[in-house]
Amino acid sequence: MKKYTDTGKKDTRSGFGAGLLAAGQADERVVALTADLKGSLKMDAFAAAFPERFIQCGIAEANMVGAAAGLAITGKIPFIGSFAEFVTGRVYDQLRQEVAYGNTNVKIASSHAGITLGEDGATHQTMEDIALMRALPGMVVLNPCDYNQTVQATLAAARYEGPVYIRFGRPSVPNFTPADEPFVIGKAIVLNEGADVSIIATGHTVWEALQAAEALEASGIKADVIDIATIKPLDEEAVVASAAKTGAVVVAEEHNHAGGLGEAVSSLLAARRPTPVEFVNGGDRFGQSGTPSALMEAYGIDAQHIADAARKAVSRKK
Amino acid sequence: MATQIRRDILRTVCQANSGHPGGSMSSADFLTVLYFDVMKQDPASWTRSGKGQDMFILSAGHLTPVYYSVLARAGYFPLEELGTFRRFGTRLQGHPSVRKGLPGIFQASGSLGQGLSAAAGAALGKRLDGDPNLVFCLCGDGESEEGQIWEAGMFAVYHKLDNLIAMTDWNGQQIDGPVDSVAGEGDLAAKWESWGWRVITADGHDIDSIRQAFALAKAGLGSGKPTMILFRSDMGHGVDFMAGTHKWHGSVPKPEQLEEALRQLGETPLGDF
Repeated sequence: MKKYTDTGKKDTRSGFGAGLLAAGQADERVVALTADLKGSLKMDAFAAAFPERFIQCGIAEANMVGAAAGLAITGKIPFIGSFAEFVTGRVYDQLRQEVAYGNTNVKIASSHAGITLGEDGATHQTMEDIALMRALPGMVVLNPCDYNQTVQATLAAARYEGPVYIRFGRPSVPNFTPADEPFVIGKAIVLNEGADVSIIATGHTVWEALQAAEALEASGIKADVIDIATIKPLDEEAVVASAAKTGAVVVAEEHNHAGGLGEAVSSLLAARRPTPVEFVNGGDRFGQSGTPSALMEAYGIDAQHIADAARKAVSRKK
Repeated sequence: MATQIRRDILRTVCQANSGHPGGSMSSADFLTVLYFDVMKQDPASWTRSGKGQDMFILSAGHLTPVYYSVLARAGYFPLEELGTFRRFGTRLQGHPSVRKGLPGIFQASGSLGQGLSAAAGAALGKRLDGDPNLVFCLCGDGESEEGQIWEAGMFAVYHKLDNLIAMTDWNGQQIDGPVDSVAGEGDLAAKWESWGWRVITADGHDIDSIRQAFALAKAGLGSGKPTMILFRSDMGHGVDFMAGTHKWHGSVPKPEQLEEALRQLGETPLGDF
């Protein structure tokens, strides 16, 4: 199996911070807004480099969304940043009217997504954001898997004309994708090729999927590992082709079942290539306090659970 | 012109058999003055970015009957198109849409309390671009029960958006009744002053008072403060049986009521925009 090396653990939110700075250097229309979470969103470097283009909104996320829409109307490329829950569920109607329906070129930077936010607990951990954002017509939904990919995804979001949701996290996780690989919105990345099962993962679960694939290989099961860095629009051809080849699918995500990547993949396959699908996700639950790794294990979203699900999917093949 | 706009409003909602005439009638005078005497705008070269021109965002999105009537009379689109209001396929959606290609519309609105934020963002965008033009925004007094209005109010002061001129149609009515009986909003002038805005109160049906208010508001450029003009007005103003009540917020006059209303507004034949 193809070997991936962790070049040193880094948080994906720092990838966003670096990508935002680079996007700001590349295009003076880029502006950044936050609701009292400049440090958490790693916007400090952008704010220091471009003080006029950094806009503090205070703890008033609804207004931040509207202000970003107004800036976008005048031609700016605004990134709004907060914790995932507070830039999705808290402001859903604002995103719907001002950004999605209003078709404004706003980029929603969503940090501390999922349960790996950790110790703050369920009020701050959203496991529903992908579902909410997928449901908005025209919204692009990105969920990069490591630091390097988050840098590139942020740059791609800035270049794209239209609303983009970009989801990333708080904990330090393995950094293993090439630093210079350009991010193509809407394109899945095949990280490993195998004939027996397709492991389709997004965000933090991609590294877990690679670990699971290694464990499976030791027991003779060869896995396709597909990084879905763009959840919407989904790379349908890549998913269908892999399912057609392997005949068994696992979808892993740090998100609840309802409305997540698993449902997106299984509805696609139901229509185009009926295939047994197993799901590795948070189910239908709220999070709770704990360390990120303890929570991922407890909620069943780690390499061990992915490998188990893969064996089950393989056993369901006719 | 404002009387003509009122006739347009009534014909528009009656042809659609749907819409919000009450607040449209109360804001008809000052929106007419805004578009015909105050705003720097050019319908022929209009683009959504608003570059080099003044901008207007309707936060109280249900006031489309007056908004579309004013835009049509100002030359943004043909008058006859008012007859398509709220019909399937129309550019004149029930609430403003940017998706149908209707010139003059800068932002979608309808879900209340959001337009002032967008206007503040646009004002900030103009400042970043060194564009000296203004951004106007109209809110309802009932709409100002939304918390986001006050978030935007704080934001505009903190960022010293003196190129932002907001207006409130202070007609004292909302869907369920008089504003003070629904939510106890209190003294809007005192509230906006305490928020740090320049506040101007004017008679929303007296053309001189309206003109004076806009002149004072424009003089705020350079003050470092946003301006709020509170237009005292009557819902349904201009037609005696529609005035001063919340009952015409979202109701449509019957044919005989339309005829009577048009008679009061100068007896133009029915159906003639």
